[in-house]
Amino acid sequence: MSTSRVPRTPVRSAPAPAPVQGRERRVARTRPGKRAAQQWAAWAFLAPVVVYLLIFYAYPLYRNVELSLRNYTVRSFVQGDAPFAGVANYAKVFADATFAPALWHTIVFTLVSLAFQFVIGLALAVFFSRNFRLSATLRALFLVPWLLPLIVSASTWSWMLNSESGVVNTALSWVGVGPVNWLTSPDWSLWSVIIANIWIGIPFNLVVLYSGLQAIPSAVYEAAALDGAGAWQRFWRVTFPLLRPVSAITVLLGLVYTLKVFDIIWIMTKGGPSDASTTLATWSYRLGFGNMLPSFGPGAAVGNLLILMALAFGLVYIRVQRRQAAA
Amino acid sequence: MRRLTTVIGLALTAVMLFPVYWMINVSFTRDQDMRKSPPYWFPVHGTLEGYRAVLEQQGPYLATSLVVGLGTVVLTLLVAAPAAYSLAKLRPRGGGVLSFVLLIAQMIPGIIMAMGFYAIFLTTGVLNTVPGLIVADSTLAVPFAVLILTAFMSGIPEELLQAARVDGAGVMRTFVSIVLPVSRNSIITVSLFAFLWAWSDFVFASTLDQGGAHQPITLGIYHYIGNNNQEWNAIMATAVVASIPATVLLIVAQRYVAAGVTAGAVKD
Repeated sequence: MSTSRVPRTPVRSAPAPAPVQGRERRVARTRPGKRAAQQWAAWAFLAPVVVYLLIFYAYPLYRNVELSLRNYTVRSFVQGDAPFAGVANYAKVFADATFAPALWHTIVFTLVSLAFQFVIGLALAVFFSRNFRLSATLRALFLVPWLLPLIVSASTWSWMLNSESGVVNTALSWVGVGPVNWLTSPDWSLWSVIIANIWIGIPFNLVVLYSGLQAIPSAVYEAAALDGAGAWQRFWRVTFPLLRPVSAITVLLGLVYTLKVFDIIWIMTKGGPSDASTTLATWSYRLGFGNMLPSFGPGAAVGNLLILMALAFGLVYIRVQRRQAAA
Repeated sequence: MRRLTTVIGLALTAVMLFPVYWMINVSFTRDQDMRKSPPYWFPVHGTLEGYRAVLEQQGPYLATSLVVGLGTVVLTLLVAAPAAYSLAKLRPRGGGVLSFVLLIAQMIPGIIMAMGFYAIFLTTGVLNTVPGLIVADSTLAVPFAVLILTAFMSGIPEELLQAARVDGAGVMRTFVSIVLPVSRNSIITVSLFAFLWAWSDFVFASTLDQGGAHQPITLGIYHYIGNNNQEWNAIMATAVVASIPATVLLIVAQRYVAAGVTAGAVKD
C-alpha cells in the first residue's frame, strides 16, 4: 500500500530463490569465515548509527533522568554538584496545582484533535478517491498545512483569531455571534490551539487514509454495488471495515505525535491565560526554560512522564503494525 | 457530475488553504489597514513594507537556517545511509533490535531531548552554536531516514549486488557505486524531509540557541511576535519567506512528499 512496501514484497519473496540458492551453495563451502566477514562488514556499516544513538539519544535521555532526580539550578548545572533529590521532583510535580489541569488539557487536546483530524481526513480521503479532474493537484495542495513550519501556522492562526482584528471574529459577526476572545479568554484558549492543531493534522490523516483506500480492490465495491448497496452503505459495510488496519495505525501514530505537540500551543498562548491551555509538554518547557529561574528538575520530571505516555501508545502502535505485517 | 466534483474539490481546497492565503494577504497589508473592520479581503492597497523589513532584518536568520538545514541533511545521510544498507542487505545479527530502537527513538518528544541536550551542551560549551543545533536537529531526521532508506534499499534486486560481487567489488564498493546511485530517489526524499524539519525546528532552536549569535528563522519570527510587535505585515511576510522551502519541496518533489508521509506511517 505504501510506496515503500510495493517494491519490497516481490523482490524479497518471489524472484529471490535463484540468487539465494547460489549464495547458500557458496556459503556452505566456506561457511564460518565468510559469515563472520559479512557480520563484520554489516556492523561496520551500522557503527555510525549505533554511536550516534548512544551519544545523541541515549545520553541526553540519561541526562534527562538524572536531571529529574537532582536539585539543579543554573549554577549547579555548570559546577555539576547538584544534590541528589531522589523522587522529590516527581512528588513536587504531582502535588503541583498545575498537574491535574495540565494532564486534563493534554487528554482533551489529544483526543479532540485526533477525532476531528481523523473524521475530516477520512471524509476527504473518500472524496479524493473519486479521482476527478485536478484531484491529484488539489490533494497535493492539501499537504501545505502539514509542510509549513509550525511557527508559521501558529502565528498565522494567532492573527486570524485576534479578538479585535481577527478574520475569524469578522466572519462570526456576519452570523451575529459576538467577538470571541479566542486567545485571551480561559474558556477559549484551549479550543483555539485545538483548532489550529486539527488544521495542521488533517493532511497527514488524508494522505495515509487515501493510500489505504487505494489498496482496497475496486472489485469489492463493484460487488457491493451489484448487490444494491448505496454509497452510504458501501462506506459503512465495505470501506470502513477494510480500512480498519490503516485507521488503527493512523490514529495510534497520531496519538504519539499529538501528545508531544508543543510549538503550536507555546507560540499561540504560551499555555495561558493562567494555565488554561497548558499541557504536559508546555508545562515541562515552562518549568525548564520559560522562567528567569529555571526549575530543571521538575521540568525533566514532567518530561519523563510524557515519555512514558508516548511510549505506552508507541508500543501499542508497533504491536498493531507488526501484527498487520505478519497477517 | 464529474465537473461538480471538481468544483467541490476546489471549494474544499480553498477553505483548507484559507489561512495560507490570509498569511499572504496580511503580509501585503498596510499598517493603517491592519485593524480595519471588515478587513480588505484582497491586497488592494498592497504594500511591500513587510518584505522590506524581512530583507533588512531577517537575512542573517535565513542564512543560519539554510546552513543548519544543509548541515542536518549531510549529518543525517552520513549516519543513515550506511546503516540502511546494512539493515537492508547485509543481514546483521541484532538488526531487528536496532530497527525497533529506531522506531521508539522517533516517538520521544522533542522537548525532552531538548532538556537533555541543554544539560550536555551547557557543560561542553556547544550551547548557542550552529553545530550544536545541527546535531540536535538531526535527531529529528535520523531514525526516520534509516527506516525509510532501509525500506527502499530492501527493494534493490539481489542480482544487481550479486553482479557487483562477481565483478570483484567489495561491500564498500558495492555501496558507493551501486546502492547509493540506485537509491537516489529515496535519498532525495530523506534529504528533503531532513532539511524541512531542521528549517522548521522551533523546540531545539528556542532552547539550545536562545542566546546564540546565529539564530534560525523560526527564532526570528518568534522574536518578532514576542516583542509585542504590531507590524503584522512584517511578521506575516517573514512567515511567507519561511514557507518557501516547504513550497519548493511540494512543487519539486510532490510524489516524494506523499510517499514520505505514508512511508513514515506505514513503514516497518
